[in-house]
Amino acid sequence: MALIEAAGIHVRFGDRVVLESIDLAVPEGEFHGLMGPNGAGKTTFFNVLTGRVKPSRGSIRLDGRDVTGLSSHRIAAHGVARSFQIMTLFDEFSARENVTVGLPAFRARGFDMRHAAANDSGFARSAMEILATVGLADKADIRARDLSYGDRRALEIAVALAQGPRVLCLDEPTSGLGSDGVQRLAALVGRLKGKLTIVAIEHDMEFLFALADRISVIHWGQVVARGTPHELQQNEWVKRSNLGRFA
Amino acid sequence: MTTSPQPSSDATRLVTPAMLVLWLVLATVPLWIARVGLYPYLGIEILIWSLYALAFNLVLGTAGLPSFGHGAYFGIGAYAFGLCQFNVVANLWVCLVAAFAVAGLAGALVALFISHRRGIYYAFMTIAFGQIFWTLAIKSHGITGGEDGLLKIARLPADFGVARFDLSDNVAFYYFVLVLFALAVAAMWRLTHSPYGRIVAAIKQSETRAAHLGYNVWLYKASIFTLSAAISGLAGGLFAMAQLAAFPDVMSLHQSGYVVMMTLVGGGLVSFWGPVVGVFVFLIARDVIGALTNAWMLNFGLLFIAIVLFRPEGIAGAVSAAFQKHSLIRRQGNSAMRLLFGGERWR
Repeated sequence: MALIEAAGIHVRFGDRVVLESIDLAVPEGEFHGLMGPNGAGKTTFFNVLTGRVKPSRGSIRLDGRDVTGLSSHRIAAHGVARSFQIMTLFDEFSARENVTVGLPAFRARGFDMRHAAANDSGFARSAMEILATVGLADKADIRARDLSYGDRRALEIAVALAQGPRVLCLDEPTSGLGSDGVQRLAALVGRLKGKLTIVAIEHDMEFLFALADRISVIHWGQVVARGTPHELQQNEWVKRSNLGRFA
Repeated sequence: MTTSPQPSSDATRLVTPAMLVLWLVLATVPLWIARVGLYPYLGIEILIWSLYALAFNLVLGTAGLPSFGHGAYFGIGAYAFGLCQFNVVANLWVCLVAAFAVAGLAGALVALFISHRRGIYYAFMTIAFGQIFWTLAIKSHGITGGEDGLLKIARLPADFGVARFDLSDNVAFYYFVLVLFALAVAAMWRLTHSPYGRIVAAIKQSETRAAHLGYNVWLYKASIFTLSAAISGLAGGLFAMAQLAAFPDVMSLHQSGYVVMMTLVGGGLVSFWGPVVGVFVFLIARDVIGALTNAWMLNFGLLFIAIVLFRPEGIAGAVSAAFQKHSLIRRQGNSAMRLLFGGERWR
């Protein structure tokens, strides 16, 4: 059984149908890429997957459990983490504190009003470990807002990793990065691959075709093609749209 | 390179050096206040409003939620203190707990309706609920005494079992308020630096991210609002003791505006102590400018405009910026506007 099973996801905003009917099954440990033109509904699908948008029809199952329509914080508590295309960090907090807030152990003490958060060295240690995996260990005390763009992108992922998720949803992680940054990110995602189930929206085809196990192409709110990077090369739709040239 | 202000060890302390200095200075106030041409009652007022403004700033500064009807909870606390004394039991502790609890209950009720909002919608809903409570206070003659207020509230003695202190004298009452103030300040300081407080501060910066990290944003917003209302109510109870009465006036929109003004002028958005600074400036300006002209609010209004225009981080922010020299705090300058219009998109 797949870890994520989305069936017949249909979303409409007013009279505009954004997602027609999307099916997606991602087995545990797979890196699944989502691609497609702007406005195809990729981010909306992510929003459904992570509880930000309730689908009008269809269902989402996570490890066999129906999570359709649950709010974001519930879905997050089920082990689904996400990063954002438009960076969504706690800008006034240091990198370390951004990660700390993401830790499930911190969340478990969310209504603790009696102890000083900074007194707990366990949080700091876990946060430092995660920062080290994304290469930000030496920048732990810098405020998120003062980090460079590339470092902020890395912190985006670090915060998501802090949750110790089973599923990591990355929304255009390479967006705005230079080739250097993309390489660093590819190396990081490469290390995570296999340990986590990853679903990534990405426009950088080179990045996606190099890393993804399977890719779904979304267009007009539907999956128009799906397969391994190699299979997609042969796909008529992909050929026509010239997306497959990197594969 | 700018680093986070967080690692200072003050964050882990229950009582900071700044607190101790402030308490000690405040403890000497009755000794000299008359000599500088002021009067002990002003000291009481400053302490009570400081407590109220600090409680208010849990919502405005810590949580980033613009509440413009907070006077309601201050007033409800005052009425609850009086009504408890008349109708339940004339015991200081019970009546103060009643002020805290009833205001907290009112806050929780309002929080149910507003906690899914933010930005300007949040602000408007807090005003609307504030007006409802204010109207109720004026119209319910039988309970609150209407516009005449609830009169003849007594300063009940502080009974510790072994000792009993009479608080009818202003100096004695000042010290009583100071002790409660000190306890509340330490508690609120710890609260803002606890995991709970940091999460509330995180939610201020991004509700979206916090929700996707598994935090029930609604519950945090509702709970901090409730807590703030309860502590405001405690301040209101003390205010009823100070005034020996409870009036609907403090619940009005313009009085609710005062606490916002004090907090912003003082620098509550960037500093824990901002609200206290603001209360000092506001109340002393009221008495000093008020003695010279009967349009003191005009003058204070101009000061407020100047601060919002040129020093939006308030006095505390300006002072710490002067110390740090770096433009670290100035960059948060437009936070007053961000607050009003919501950090992210409007909802």
